[in-house]
Amino acid sequence: MIQLPAGFHLRRETLARSVVVRRSWPVFLDLCVAGILLACFYAIVQVARYWNSSPRTDFAISLSPHALPMYAFFSIVRIGFAYVLSLAFALIYGYIAAYTPRLEGLMLACLDILQSIPVLSFLPGVMLAMVALVPGHQLGIEMGAIILIFTGQAWNIAYSFYASLKSIPRELTEAARIYNFSPIQRFFHLELPFATIGLIWNSMVSVAGGWFFLMACEMFILGSRDFRLPGLGSYLQTAAANGDFRAITYGLLTMIAIIVATDQLLWRPLIAWSDKFKFEQTESSNRVSSPLLHLLQHSSAIRHLRQRTLRPISELFYRTSHKRRAAQHLQSASNSRVQKMLRYVAAGLFIGIVLFAATHAIVLLREVRLRQIGMIFLGAGATFLRVFAALLIGSAWTIPAGVAIGLHPRLARIAQPLAQIAASVPATAVFPVLLLAIVKAGGGLGIGSIALMLLGTQWYILFNVIAGAIAIPSDLREVGRLFRFSTVEKWKVIILPSIFPYLITGLVTASGGAWNASIVAEYFRLKNQTLSTFGLGAQISAATDAGQFPVLLWATIVMALIVVTINRLLWRPIYRIAETRYKLSA
Amino acid sequence: MQPAIIRAERVEKYYSQPSENRIQVISPTDLSIVQGEIIALLGPSGSGKSTLLRMLTGLSTPSAGQVYWHEAPIQSADVNVSIVFQSFALFPWLTVLENIEAPLKARGVDAATRRKRSIKILDTVGLDGFQAAYPKELSGGMRQRVGFARALVVEPEVLFMDEPFSALDVLTAENLRSELLELWHKKTIPTKSIFLVTHNIEEAVLLADRIIVLGRNPGHIRTDFRVNLAHPRDRKAAAFTQLVDYIYKVLTQPEAPAPALPNINGRRVRDQREMKYQMLPHARPGGIAGLLEFLLDHGGKSDIYRLADDLAFEIDDLLPIVEAASILKFLTVTEGDAAITSLGAEYANAEILRQKEIFREAAVENVLLLRQIVRALQSKSDHTVPEDFFHDTLDEVFSEEETVRQLETAINWGRYAEIFDFDSTRRRFTLPESALAEPESAFADASEAEEEKDKQETGL
Ligand SMILES: Nc1ncnc2c1ncn2[C@@H]1O[C@H](COP(=O)(O)OP(=O)(O)OP(=O)(O)O)[C@@H](O)[C@H]1O
Ligand SMILES: [Mg+2]
Repeated sequence: MIQLPAGFHLRRETLARSVVVRRSWPVFLDLCVAGILLACFYAIVQVARYWNSSPRTDFAISLSPHALPMYAFFSIVRIGFAYVLSLAFALIYGYIAAYTPRLEGLMLACLDILQSIPVLSFLPGVMLAMVALVPGHQLGIEMGAIILIFTGQAWNIAYSFYASLKSIPRELTEAARIYNFSPIQRFFHLELPFATIGLIWNSMVSVAGGWFFLMACEMFILGSRDFRLPGLGSYLQTAAANGDFRAITYGLLTMIAIIVATDQLLWRPLIAWSDKFKFEQTESSNRVSSPLLHLLQHSSAIRHLRQRTLRPISELFYRTSHKRRAAQHLQSASNSRVQKMLRYVAAGLFIGIVLFAATHAIVLLREVRLRQIGMIFLGAGATFLRVFAALLIGSAWTIPAGVAIGLHPRLARIAQPLAQIAASVPATAVFPVLLLAIVKAGGGLGIGSIALMLLGTQWYILFNVIAGAIAIPSDLREVGRLFRFSTVEKWKVIILPSIFPYLITGLVTASGGAWNASIVAEYFRLKNQTLSTFGLGAQISAATDAGQFPVLLWATIVMALIVVTINRLLWRPIYRIAETRYKLSA
Repeated sequence: MQPAIIRAERVEKYYSQPSENRIQVISPTDLSIVQGEIIALLGPSGSGKSTLLRMLTGLSTPSAGQVYWHEAPIQSADVNVSIVFQSFALFPWLTVLENIEAPLKARGVDAATRRKRSIKILDTVGLDGFQAAYPKELSGGMRQRVGFARALVVEPEVLFMDEPFSALDVLTAENLRSELLELWHKKTIPTKSIFLVTHNIEEAVLLADRIIVLGRNPGHIRTDFRVNLAHPRDRKAAAFTQLVDYIYKVLTQPEAPAPALPNINGRRVRDQREMKYQMLPHARPGGIAGLLEFLLDHGGKSDIYRLADDLAFEIDDLLPIVEAASILKFLTVTEGDAAITSLGAEYANAEILRQKEIFREAAVENVLLLRQIVRALQSKSDHTVPEDFFHDTLDEVFSEEETVRQLETAINWGRYAEIFDFDSTRRRFTLPESALAEPESAFADASEAEEEKDKQETGL
């Protein structure tokens, strides 16, 4: 007799009264789904209409609260497009990197460097290119903004997908091969499901980062041209510039509402759904639940839709792909030669384009005078000190706070959600307000820029420290109690070594973020005046403003080099020590 | 003789190393799978069983030689085989039914037929009613049933299995085994031949019509014989135990020298036996001591087969310990019997500090790698050497993975016997204080005369 495993009963339909209640559900659910679809349709029409209008670079941003929903909507669309673009890019890039041994090393190195390049220095180049590409339409500027956000989002998703592909257990790959899966079947049955959880978590991080850049790139000045896109970021900046606190409050509230809504309506259902992709053999007990997911899964309209559209398409696909493969079997030899040729041509073209662009960039670089280069390096030193200060201040408050939260479950229940909301508000949205307050109090951008770096990056440290403190095994803590360690001893012997690897992970991310934030932080326009302080970030921003591309390029390269070098020479060795000596699990 | 379904002709496998060397895993081997037989492939861990299986299925291409599918080269043939994996290799995000339908989808079978065939095979393996469950909701035995169903649904001509029962508990495994035999004998499944990799000797004798035993370094066929016992087979029958005993003897006997290897593409293939580099069995000192004490309690001499039985050990777990003890000259192995030596008895009876001393002397005397480490440490003025130094040397002889394991074992032994210290963060060997203080101890034995001996041994 077959023994039913625990939990299996739950899947079976049981004949009980609840079935009657459940029957009345689908109609209501269908109405909800229909409503969502209609909303999507309207949104697409709106976007298309707006994009077709002629470019209005000097958009007047209205501070009326009535304009806010529209602005928020446009900002969301921007992020959404950028995200879809990032995801598509990440899947293709990760796939090629994982399955092309000859390109693998190069592509990984590219990712590493792209991740360290300050995205905001691309702003002028990308904008001008896009405006030139699509003249006469708002679409050009819009595309520029989307591409910028994209460059802030894509890399970690791509890396996550690559890493997932690489860690697929060998026997699963072999099963797919022995049963002759076509590449597409393999993708949908094996590779994509295996990577899903990583993709979702990285998407959350990326979208949060997207908001940071969105705030900065909806409103900026390029030479004599003043670009403005209608959106939440430009609304907040304008409100801050006018010192309109009512508008600032409305803007921030909208921002928080959007973030909470994204979490509830998008990420939670996704995480709950992704539970089935967990590659563990036992069923976990604590799962994230989501009413929205329940709604979607139990809507009969969606089920019908799937059966009418997706099913037939996939069936047709499997049948034809099998036939095609059988035919291919015979003529694979001649095919491969053509493919080889094509590959060489593609590689040649790629190398050619890279060489062309690189030589032009070098010509540009030579236009900068030696004195200016010296200033750039001095500025780098100043920014370095600021980043250092921000990390120091950040660690000083987050380590005690994080350990306290991590060790006291009751405190964690209150503090953690609050911290999560605070962390998800993009620093660039709050910055204008904060700066206004600092200036009023008599401070300058010197302090202000450190504050912004802190605002944007302290959360990485905090959350990692919390995770580290939670992971301290209780027996280790009991030992401390048993030997009556003093507080100092407890920190020295138990707490600090235990959280060390986590702390380092947090600091690495925070340091990269702080460098990038310096571009916004060290140079800021407030109420028709430009505040600026000496530093590499300010030099990049100023060069952007004045359209000095050679200086911009120099400064960008220097910043990227510094970030990469610090990662390689400082963080990586420390991290290795943390991994080997202080890792708690065997 | 029947025509072969799959025929391997002089297949070999070697892996290239970072250091330009190649590690031979399978030496030239001929093997045929014909209709109507269950073949069991036995061999110690790392002897290349899985490698051979993967070449026979066409999953991996031999480095030399050719595999034929109905006399056509296997790469270009339309092969119809399945594999049942040790880890089940199910897709956790698909339901049981979807898992079983996946191979049919790949073959372009239409939805209705797919469903019909899947339900039928689910019935056959005793899983009806479970179609909508996810694999993680099932027990290990049930999961492997799904694995079998998925493998059988495509009606493979040859069914390959790589240790299909080793992840299951004893009773579940026994149950599944007999059900498989029943399907096979009643011809419920159209499969023409079964190829089973296992490290369980009784399992092989219980199931197989033909048993192949693989030797190690590089993998080669030690013996290949037919089992003519009638089914169902009785584990207690004399013929059964004799066969099991015979296989134990084959597995524990010292290797006979193999013929010299040819040149391939002008590059000399190194055979590990040719290198004469000693391979450390991966046993812990504690395990060795435990085995010796057990042996002493049982009169100092025992059949290894009985020993495994008494200790409830798998042969794969016991053999490395026996081998280690025999390298250290703590026991001798003849004809499948292990007999403790006087040194071994002294070791087993000594208290802990003395034990370490005996182990130290035996290890430095008999283990090449440890001797090399000690000598390197003594010749350096600061008495410290990085691990990488030995890594590079071993790399010429062993695969990357094996190199790491060899060093791990050496470090384990060396630390236990206080031959050296090892700093695991800096990955460096250092000579311990005690050794520095008394150079006339065991370490002094590693003298220049032995250096000569080592050179001959390594053939470097
Ligand atoms: N990709 C590879 N590169 C280098 N060496 C390899 C590779 N794959 C396998 N080997 C080596 O080949 C040898 C045989 O491996 P294989 O997995 O076939 O052994 P096995 O008999 O199946 O062992 P087990 O009983 O542990 O499953 C091992 O020593 C292994 O280290
Ligand atoms: Mg194996």
